[in-house]
Amino acid sequence: MFSHDFVRDAYIAGTPIALACGLIGWFAVLRAQVFAGDALSHVAFVGAIAAAVAGVDERVGLFAFTLAVALGIAALGGRRGEADDAAIGIVFAWVLGVGVLLLAVLATTPRGSAGVTLANTLFGSIFSLTSGASLLAAAVALIVACALCVMLRPLLLSTLDGELATVRGVPVRALGAAFLGLLAAVTAQSTQAVGALLLLGLLAAPAGAAHLLTARPYRGLALAAGIAVASMWGGLALSYAVPSLPPSSAIIGFAAAAYVGAALWRWERARSPLHQTT
Amino acid sequence: MTPTVNPSLSLNLVADLRDLFQFPFMVHALEAATIVAVLASVVGWYVVLRRQAFAGHTLSVMAFPGAAGAALAGWPAALGYYVACAAAALAMAGTGPAVGRHKSVASAVIATVQITGLAAGFLFLSLNHQILVGLETLLFGTFLGVSSSQVLVLLAIAAGVLAVTALIARPLHFCTLDPEVARARGVPVRALDVCFLLILAFAVAATSQITGALLTFALLVAPPAAAQLITGRTLAGLVVSVAIALVVAWLGLAAAYFSIYPAGFYVTTFALAAYVLAWTARAARGRLAARRRTRLPSAGVLESG
Repeated sequence: MFSHDFVRDAYIAGTPIALACGLIGWFAVLRAQVFAGDALSHVAFVGAIAAAVAGVDERVGLFAFTLAVALGIAALGGRRGEADDAAIGIVFAWVLGVGVLLLAVLATTPRGSAGVTLANTLFGSIFSLTSGASLLAAAVALIVACALCVMLRPLLLSTLDGELATVRGVPVRALGAAFLGLLAAVTAQSTQAVGALLLLGLLAAPAGAAHLLTARPYRGLALAAGIAVASMWGGLALSYAVPSLPPSSAIIGFAAAAYVGAALWRWERARSPLHQTT
Repeated sequence: MTPTVNPSLSLNLVADLRDLFQFPFMVHALEAATIVAVLASVVGWYVVLRRQAFAGHTLSVMAFPGAAGAALAGWPAALGYYVACAAAALAMAGTGPAVGRHKSVASAVIATVQITGLAAGFLFLSLNHQILVGLETLLFGTFLGVSSSQVLVLLAIAAGVLAVTALIARPLHFCTLDPEVARARGVPVRALDVCFLLILAFAVAATSQITGALLTFALLVAPPAAAQLITGRTLAGLVVSVAIALVVAWLGLAAAYFSIYPAGFYVTTFALAAYVLAWTARAARGRLAARRRTRLPSAGVLESG
């Protein structure tokens, strides 16, 4: 399997992306910001189309748009740093509407590759990465993971107890914005590898499973990252073995199975009299 | 007057309106848009109140696996929409109420349901060995292909969904605002949660076939959110919400008719504009009230007392 270049490139790019998504996702679930991640992953596609209309590199549009919207969500949230669901929804429906407009604009220009761009951005295929692109994806994902590790402790404190963190002098608001920025960076990068829509699975399902399995932060972070990486590896291998199975579907299948397994474990534990807490 | 192929906006409003209604497809589109706007803004009022925008978005995305699955199984597409939306609603409902400590895990559940649906959609597509025709139509919809029989079906489903909503409106409201007290009073909170998600699923499945997932979601969230910024009362809020949705939908369709760009852009833009206007009005009112309070100290004393 690894004698093929495309498989090696998929693993090189996929492993760090899964790692970063698992870590970021654990915080996104804890901060109830999964919807923001969902919104960003849709916005990324509008960024790519905007870049195509303007005639610049797709990645520039992806990063610029997702970062701008992430900062907008942070600003909407105000001092508490928690933007209203409805406000996020309205803004991102509008951004998608702008995307439709840009698609129409693109269709009337001679370049007219709207359909191709749309398909690539929404459903990016991890098996079609070039080796240069996979190294870039790996580098960005590793940088994001390292940045998150640096701000791990203050971010944890400001998430769990914002008031205590403020009293201690932790810059709660700036940390919230920085976290959304990291979320945007990993979203913009991953859309090219696993696709804008399916990125959400790596963000939410492993992290959700980890939150069900343990309440301890460090163990939970490690579990989320581990489940995400395992889903990536398993999904890639399975879709290599079964060609009609798209890699994204296989990866998401593993991640969702992990979540269902965690939920069943939790349910079983709650039923068994040995572990019953009073 | 002969129908014109390239309509252009004149300053004569009556002529413009006549222009708008000269084609049957445009009349059907406006009828469908009216029904969709009323249905979405009423159901959406509870979506915003219950903070279930993420769930609403997830259900509107279920159009994709629904259509892909129906194509694979050889069903009519409409059946696929309803099955996929109802299945997603039940999967989300099986996870418990989205309040308090469970809120963060609930969002992970909703995301997992959404992503599983999408992954299934891709699998169906790939098993079917074909590219789904009109992926853009699925996401962004087209009002312009609506037939009169579709409008009738939509009307029937909308009437049914609105009737059920009216039936459970009072207990639903109660258990949304104070689930603890509602449970203590014997209101079946859990059953109402599931029931509302199913209502939402049916509303979304019915509307997204015609408007596409994007417009359904925009009309579901923006008019009710704007209405709730304007007034805190239930009945007035519902009326304002429906009014905003109707204006947004009609203006959006009319603007799309007179220009070369798609309705999706106009409807979402007008929806955002309504929300921003409501937000600005509320902020201005708050500032005005604060200024009046500082100018009239006796009023402040009265309020604090």
